[in-house]
This record gives sequence, C-alpha cells and structure tokens, in this order.
Amino acid sequence: MSDAVAVTAAGLRFAYGDREALRDVAFAVRRGTVHGFLGPNGSGKSTLFKLLSTLVPLQQGSVTMLGLDLARQAAAIRARIGVVFQSPAVDKKLTVRENLRYGGLLLGLSGRDLGARIDQMLAAASLADRARDRVEELSGGLRRRVEIAKCMLARPDLVLLDEASTGLDPAARRDMWTLLKSQPGLTVLFTTHLMDEAAEADQLLLLDDGAIVAAGRPKDLMREVGGQVLDIEAPDADALAREIEQAFGSAGAVVDGALRIEGERVHELVPKVMERFGDRVQRLQLGHPSLQDVFLKKTGKRFVTTAPEPAPKKGRRRRS
Amino acid sequence: MSRAVLALWHREIVRFLRDRPRLTGSLLQPIVLWLLFSGALHGSFKPGGMDYGEYFFVGTLAMITLFTAIFATITVIEDRKEGFLQGVLVSPVPRAAIALGKILGGATLGLGLAVVFLALAPLAGVPLSLPKVAEGLAVLALLAVAVTGLGFSLAWVMDSTAGYHGIMMLVLMPMLLLSGAFFPMESAHPVLAWVRFVNPMTYGVGALRHALQGEVTGVPSYAVCLLGTAVFAAATFALGTFVVGRRSARDAT
Repeated sequence: MSDAVAVTAAGLRFAYGDREALRDVAFAVRRGTVHGFLGPNGSGKSTLFKLLSTLVPLQQGSVTMLGLDLARQAAAIRARIGVVFQSPAVDKKLTVRENLRYGGLLLGLSGRDLGARIDQMLAAASLADRARDRVEELSGGLRRRVEIAKCMLARPDLVLLDEASTGLDPAARRDMWTLLKSQPGLTVLFTTHLMDEAAEADQLLLLDDGAIVAAGRPKDLMREVGGQVLDIEAPDADALAREIEQAFGSAGAVVDGALRIEGERVHELVPKVMERFGDRVQRLQLGHPSLQDVFLKKTGKRFVTTAPEPAPKKGRRRRS
Repeated sequence: MSRAVLALWHREIVRFLRDRPRLTGSLLQPIVLWLLFSGALHGSFKPGGMDYGEYFFVGTLAMITLFTAIFATITVIEDRKEGFLQGVLVSPVPRAAIALGKILGGATLGLGLAVVFLALAPLAGVPLSLPKVAEGLAVLALLAVAVTGLGFSLAWVMDSTAGYHGIMMLVLMPMLLLSGAFFPMESAHPVLAWVRFVNPMTYGVGALRHALQGEVTGVPSYAVCLLGTAVFAAATFALGTFVVGRRSARDAT
C-alpha cells in the first residue's frame, strides 16, 4: 500500500439479519484529502461509518486504514483516528475543559502535555473563554466544536465525522469546517445527507441502497451530468413528455411526477414549451446540474431526506 | 489503561456529586427506610431476639450498595443513548478499562454512602470498634464491586432504562429481599430457604453481619460468606469485562 493512501476498502458487505446495508463497497481515500459520503437515510453510509470507526466488526470484505488492517488491528487504528458522531459524545454535565481532559486521558495523553494540548485546541476552536462552562450551557455549534477539539487532542491522522453538521446553522457549520481544514495534513472522512455540505469534499462517493453509485470530485460529477437541466412540473407529465418529444425532438424522463430534460442548450426549449404548452405547465425551472441531479441520474430517484420539505408536493415520494 | 480507568472512575464521582437530587436522595433514602422499618416493627418483630433496628441496620448497608450500584450503572444506558459511550468505544482504551472504570466508580459511591450510614451505628445499637469497622468496610467494598459488576453487566446488554427497571424489580430486588437483609431466612418456606443459598447476596449480607455484629445465627459461617462474596465479586467483574469486550452489530443501532 502506498503511503499516499489513508483508507482503502474492498468488497465490503454488511447485513443486519436479512437486510443488506452495504453491498460490495470499495473505495480509496488519499491522505490529506477531505472525502465525503453522500446518501439519503438508509443508504448505508452510517453503517459504513460505524465499520470505519471500529464500532462494529467487519462481516465481509477488507479495510486498510493508515496501513493497518481493520479486522485485526482495530485497537491500533483507534489510537490514530478521531471520531465525531451524530449524537454528541461529550458529557453535558461536565465543563468544556473537563470533557477535553477526560477525552485526552482516554486517548492516552496526560500531565503537562495534556494540559498544553487542551489549551492549544481550546484556542484553535475559539473556546478558551468557555472552558469553564458546562457543555449543557453551550449552543449546538459550540458543542460540536468541543467534540472536534476533543477528537483532535491526540493529533489523529484521520478524522471521521458522521452527519456532524446536523442541527448546525450555516455559520456554525462553516466554523466547523474552518477548524477541520486548519489542521495540516489531516485526512477527513465524513458522511452527510446535505448537498451543500457534500460540496466541501475533495472527493465524493454517492451511496444508494448500500452501493456506491458515483464517485469523483463534486465538480466533475456535476459536469458529467451535462450542461443544463430543465424541470417541468405538470399534472400530466407523462403525456407532456411524449408531446414535447414529438414536437421538438427533446427526450426527457419523468421522475417523481415531474419532467426533466437535460442537454447542452436546453434553455432554447423554454420559450417554445411555454408558447405551445404553457397552459399545462405548473412550474418550469432551468439550471445547472447539482449533486441532486447527479444522484437522480445515477439512481433514477430523487434524493429525499427526512428534513421537512417547505411545500408538500403531490405525487409519489420515494424513500430509499 | 490506568489513566483511562482513572478518568472514567473520576467522571462517575464528579457526576454524582454534581447531581444534587441524586446526591440528596442517595444519602437520605437509606436513613428514611431504616427509620421507617425499624420504627414500625420495633415492638412486633425481633429476629433472633434482636431489636429490628439493629437487625435491619446491616441489611440497610447491603441495600445501599445495591441501590447505588443500580443507579450508577443505569447511566451506562444513558451514556449509550447520548453518545458518550460511543466516544469511549472508539478511543484506544482497552475494553476492560471501560468496565473497570465504571464498576470501580459505582462501587466507590456505594462504599462512600455506606460509610456515611455506618456513622449512625451507635444510634441503631450496633456497637462498633475500629477492627469491626475495618472488617465491615472490606466486606462492603467487596459487596459493592459485586453488585456494581452485576448492574453493569445487565445495563450493558440493555437498551432502555425502563427495561432495566423491570429487571431490577424482577431480579435485583428479590435478591436483596431473600438475602436476609430484611428478615431472617432460616425458617422461610423450604423452597425459599433453599433459594437463599444460591442467592449470592446471602453471602454478602452474611459476611457483613459476621463483620459488624460478631456472633450471628442463621447465616452461613464467616468463611463461607467471605468466599461466597469474593466469588460473587469476581464472577460479576469477569462478566462485566466479558460483555464489554463483545463488539456486535447492536452497537450500530
């Protein structure tokens, strides 16, 4: 294995009883990069995260992390990774400093080293003035920073984050990423169901139903989809799709009750469609492909999360 | 490893001392129960000719270790739910250290609370001497480790605090009731009289009686009681380190 690679996984499978959560997952993560796993709920990304964080034993396949074999050297791996869970792993009843102190002791630090390192991380996370406050008195964003500070105490080579920005406002999320990216040479692996957070990644893996459906740089993935995307919402989307194809030769696909046409010059269709079928169109939207579109193209499904949607749309809503 | 154990142990103590209602309840509940029972049964119940206040005094000490163990180990379930435990599980701490820190933490609390109650011994008519106290504390420490180990093992494999309460009422309370802590068991129904010998609490309470009251009747010999308690402690301690060492898909939920 090359030194340039932080994590490699091959042939990963994991099942809860009969239900397969991961099917033949393989990937490689280069050192010093930020690697994202994007997928809707139930796509298997949390299972993958738990495998990598050594919480659950491997069932099938192999993983090498930092040159160590996950199946046999989980303890050695734990010494070199930092993990941030979706549910905060800090003790709310303890102060910020106490949490860091206990965290450091669990990581094998002690004495003056630990004290100095705590001060360093408090400063890096802009928490120095809150060190004596109990964690329960802090906002969600600050709590998250405590956790990241805690997991960085022992200078890990690799940090794993599971939906770490859930519940954070955009400013707090930005703070979190600034803190993470300020650590030189750190490899970061994170799971998310948020499209805009996924864009933080140098490399992105899209997961659906336990399998990797796309991998690459977010920009490349979006470029791959094509130049423009036109979404047309109409009550009779299927009929409209046929008629538009007949009239203008532009084939589209109906996804979740809406017609979607992709292409380099789709914008030219807009006036034509509105002139001819304007009375049947409820809503029409033109844009560049997003990670949503990448997911849609690869799976044929819309990316649905459990976050409440602004306006309930009629029609089928698929969840994976 | 020792630092990790110390950190987890210390966390137990700090959390206990900071939780005022828990602290107050833990200190007062045994005193209140002892006063109620010994006051109510004062004239009507004299086990082995002994005043009930004196008889139940030793039982209360055993009860303190058990109840403290229950409330200390139920936090394992909370820790798991809140995510703290996951953080510990992915740290490079040997699994045994997690069991050790938690069990020693809970046992320390039990022992500390028992010491406070022990100070009331003269009030209960239990004459104390320094050697007796030393012996009593040694037995209490052993018993506290045993019941905390048991509570820890149960809590580790459970998902809900409500479920843990169910097990507490079904298993742990009968263990206490049938141990001779509340009433003598030697003239109980033959089935129960037999059950008490397989109940490890019997030996803990028996050893405490030997240590603090000297000559006692109706309990196994001091040596047997000490051995029984030591085996109880070793077994639950081993069980605790065993359950904590198992990684399973359950941790993924």
